[in-house]
Amino acid sequence: MCSQIVPLIIIGVSVLFILGIKFLSSPKTARSGNLVAAAGMLVALLVLQKTGGDNVWAHGWTFNYTLIVIGTLIGLAIGAFGAYSVKMTSMPQMVALFNGLGGGAAALVASLEFIKGAHGTKVAGIELPVLHETTKFIAGSMLFATLIGSLSFSGSIIAYLKLEGKFEKPMTFPGQNYLNGLIGIVILSLCGWLTFNVTGGNAITAFIVMFALALFFGVAMVMPIGGADMPVVISLLNSFTGLAVAADGFAINNLAMVVAGTLVGSSGTLLTLLMCKAMNRPVTNVLFGAFGSSGGSAAAAGGVAGTVKAIQADEVALLLAYAQRVVVVPGYGMAVAQAQHSVRELTEELGKRGVEVQFAIHPVAGRMPGHMNVLLAEANVPYDQLIEMEQINPSMDRVDVCLVIGANDVVNPAAREDKSSPIYGMPIIDADHCKQCIVMKRSMAAGFAGIENHLFYKDNTRMLFGDAKASLNALMAAVKAS
Amino acid sequence: MDTNVLFIFILAVFVGFEVISKVPSMLHTPLMSGTNAIHGIILFGGILVLADAATPLQQALGFVAVIFGSANVFGGFMVTDRMLQMFKKKK
Repeated sequence: MCSQIVPLIIIGVSVLFILGIKFLSSPKTARSGNLVAAAGMLVALLVLQKTGGDNVWAHGWTFNYTLIVIGTLIGLAIGAFGAYSVKMTSMPQMVALFNGLGGGAAALVASLEFIKGAHGTKVAGIELPVLHETTKFIAGSMLFATLIGSLSFSGSIIAYLKLEGKFEKPMTFPGQNYLNGLIGIVILSLCGWLTFNVTGGNAITAFIVMFALALFFGVAMVMPIGGADMPVVISLLNSFTGLAVAADGFAINNLAMVVAGTLVGSSGTLLTLLMCKAMNRPVTNVLFGAFGSSGGSAAAAGGVAGTVKAIQADEVALLLAYAQRVVVVPGYGMAVAQAQHSVRELTEELGKRGVEVQFAIHPVAGRMPGHMNVLLAEANVPYDQLIEMEQINPSMDRVDVCLVIGANDVVNPAAREDKSSPIYGMPIIDADHCKQCIVMKRSMAAGFAGIENHLFYKDNTRMLFGDAKASLNALMAAVKAS
Repeated sequence: MDTNVLFIFILAVFVGFEVISKVPSMLHTPLMSGTNAIHGIILFGGILVLADAATPLQQALGFVAVIFGSANVFGGFMVTDRMLQMFKKKK
């Protein structure tokens, strides 16, 4: 292939990536957006060039190419198995895992590029790698990619485990932020020193130490953060991996990687900020605040005025069947109970009876922004029934029945009323403003943030205890009978 | 050459910000998943370093990098597509 054409094709690939992300921004075009980006990826693969400018596929076949094909097929199998076997409720974990693998790959690519071509001394028949001489800019890029990539790898694995329910409570100890800061300074110092001393005698040792510390730092950074904040962490690590890939692109002079990585880096950063904005917390508070630990003490303080009033399914069914407007507020509890299909059946039945049904979606309901949308879409709820928080709040006082299914913190009026609450100031869905609020809940346990929910004690709130799916099926039967 | 790449980098930063600022929050999960797939382009980095690997150590690490990158890119696009095919308009 003529070498002048390739840069033009890479421009086309960049346009495909940008269009892909743009199409992802509307429900109508989102699916084709994903395919457009995938098409860009395929084109970039066909014109993939070595640093010198030769097409990577134009060379003679070596054992390395056999390894490439086998490795790609293994990765394809892992990816396909993960993508098609994962339950919709476990989506965030899957994204975390794929992101971690990408970060790990970015770190390995940078490290390999660094030791490529340079020959070290043989010790007991094994050749020790050394770093090879390069420009400061390239060396800095490779060190950055190694650092950020390995941090993203280990951090994503911890985020994955936390979402899987392993040690989801924050792990904190006094002086933790200082210790992490110290490790961070050591890593950056090593990185800076290495940039100017790549051929020094201890360079490879320093490089390995930096690699290990970065892996450890990823763990240390994510461990103190509670499971409820994992979406923010995953989004941040996603943008980190993007930046690491861009740095790899600098190092091996591949423009498609620079463009793709940078796009992900900047859009991921913005997405992280948008998510923090939805929770009304600065990003520094999420990362260094150890949110969950302060929530524990707030829950212990307790002392909410009012009493909790229970209600039976038959009664709720009557309320629903003769209401004019019903709003459903779904939360992570709905996902856990796998109740999204039962919810759709119930709302369809109500719709047939002329009840206007809508879903109020809090931006951070569930474990990830948009998590509820994905789950309800899976259950065939039409997306024009899903209303975002800002749009539905002004009309909540005209809602007859508000059905809160497994949501907790996102409907807690303490965010408006109680200045001492850790979630004070977070925008919430005003479920307490409607005429009658029904909260479906397994028990009186506190939510993910560990905060007492003032909504449960309001005069117009009734609690329907039990498994969400069983309760919904009981409601469904009672509504049909009435 | 370095300044040219930096130039592209800076422009891409702004494009990334602009393109995403109009995304409704209901599409945040698919978007995060979709961008996650796009940085799976690191697979190509893995292919390039593995193609030039000279020692068994380099081959082993490059092999792992290709597996990781391949899982990232294929899994990422597949899982995003699986999510998005569920967004349907009311019949």
